[in-house]
Amino acid sequence: MTQEFILETRGLTKEFRGFTAVDDVNLQVREGHIHALIGPNGAGKTTVFNLLTKFLPPTRGEILYRGDSITGMKANEIARLGMVRSFQISAVFAHMTALENVRVALQRPMGTSFHFWKSERTLDHLNDRAIELLDEVGLREYADVLTVEMPYGRKRALEVATTLAMDPTLMLLDEPTQGMGAEDVDRIVELIRRVAKGRTVLMVEHNLSVVSRLCDRITVLARGAVLAEGDYAEVSADPRVKEAYMGSEADEEEEASA
Amino acid sequence: MATTQTLTPTMERQRRANMRRNLLYIVLIAIGLVAPFFAYPVFLMKVLCFALFACAFNLLLGYAGLLSFGHAAFLATGGYVTGYLLASYPALTPEMGIIVGTLAALALGTVFGALAIRRQGIYFAMVTLALAQLVFFFYVQAPFTGGEDGLHGVPRGELFGVISLRSNLAMYYFVFVIFLIGFAIVQRTVHSPYGQVLKAIRENEPRAVSLGYNTDAYKLLAFILSAGLAGLAGSTKTVVFQLASLTDAHWHMSGEVILMTLLGGVGTLFGPVVGAGLVVSLQHLLAQGALGAWVGPILGVIFVVCVLSFRSGIVGEILKSYRKNFK
Repeated sequence: MTQEFILETRGLTKEFRGFTAVDDVNLQVREGHIHALIGPNGAGKTTVFNLLTKFLPPTRGEILYRGDSITGMKANEIARLGMVRSFQISAVFAHMTALENVRVALQRPMGTSFHFWKSERTLDHLNDRAIELLDEVGLREYADVLTVEMPYGRKRALEVATTLAMDPTLMLLDEPTQGMGAEDVDRIVELIRRVAKGRTVLMVEHNLSVVSRLCDRITVLARGAVLAEGDYAEVSADPRVKEAYMGSEADEEEEASA
Repeated sequence: MATTQTLTPTMERQRRANMRRNLLYIVLIAIGLVAPFFAYPVFLMKVLCFALFACAFNLLLGYAGLLSFGHAAFLATGGYVTGYLLASYPALTPEMGIIVGTLAALALGTVFGALAIRRQGIYFAMVTLALAQLVFFFYVQAPFTGGEDGLHGVPRGELFGVISLRSNLAMYYFVFVIFLIGFAIVQRTVHSPYGQVLKAIRENEPRAVSLGYNTDAYKLLAFILSAGLAGLAGSTKTVVFQLASLTDAHWHMSGEVILMTLLGGVGTLFGPVVGAGLVVSLQHLLAQGALGAWVGPILGVIFVVCVLSFRSGIVGEILKSYRKNFK
């Protein structure tokens, strides 16, 4: 029974000095799905995300990966299990080339990452694989370009290539289309669809059109708790979801006029 | 096949860059070899010791992004341990004294590193400063350091029990070899598989964590290496000057090495060497003239001007304009 869910939370709760940011969340991500976590601003999406990726310790509750508890593990340890996250702002190594960015992800399994006496040329045999990965996201011609000089959309694609280098079974994407123009959004959506084959994806996303195009299942969060869950049609028809979104927009207008 | 084609121009460029770099190394080593015939060897040895100290510091700040404000502790530990051993056990050869002094600094660096690495930014700097102050007060009180007087008359002895280091020229070449070894260690560390990970951590630590790296362990290794090399500089300096004093343990010394590194160019291999050369030369020149009392303020003004107008330091700025105009 548990095996069909690759990632599961039970009673996941996070409190910050009396304020409950995440309240008793039970999340179930099915293997092979693209699962979206949506909700109005302040719903606790990013907090849930940081709890799942172990960047924050939970106050209560359990996180299970393939049925085993990973609640006490460290962020770098779950990455080795195949659970790899991306970040809201593009997380690249700015003063390294695109090739080096990907290669850093490839080199860890070699076991020489502490070898300060070896030449970096010992990493050259990873270059072909790194180029392949860059090719997969359409960045082959950027291989020798310093990442800081690449356009924003390309940086995000590079981030995907770096994540793919880890050969993740579960990819956690934090607002992958944030801050992008329409053209870049289409490209990233296609990219996610392509790389999600044979993997599971859990993504936090604001852009509902992206969610409707990509996702098999959607969990709506509001005020730190799960409000609704289902496919896009079910969720978008749910009156509570509509209210949560409209309510929050009204709040925002109030804030803006205040 | 296609892969090889895309890589060829890069490899070609890299090959040429490597050739230029090797040529530069050869020229600099040649200069180092003839230098004692044109300048006072003791002054040159002082420059080399501080250059090595600054290189060690730069490994941590420039390549791991960690600002330590307590590196004087490692310089002094190397110096005191080597000085005490050589003064108390005449049978001990200078290279043995230096090795033990370096290891002592390495051990201290392991302890300091393990404690400080848990904090970031300014807190990291403060923890290192606090620990270094602790070490300073320990050396003021400890019987084997000579307290305020310091350790005097440390014998230079005979290298490997054969070559007398009494002559400044022989001593110079020994120091030059030590400096080259230290520099080579830093150079290789920066351009190693480990160096790549360190760079990634400096650029974006959370991302490095998400790629499965236990970043604290990598930072700790950088701290230990840096402390060991700083100890090597301190040990060598003690043998050169035949003395170890509290000046090396004082927090001024931790500040001075920051100044040298920033002035020369943080995160560049040669920057700390240039910075150390400049600061030591200035101190030397000013101390002889009428401005002797003004060394501090003058260095301070230079530091402020450097930070305000050319932040990447002398070597950093040269590299920048070189890249702009020749690539």
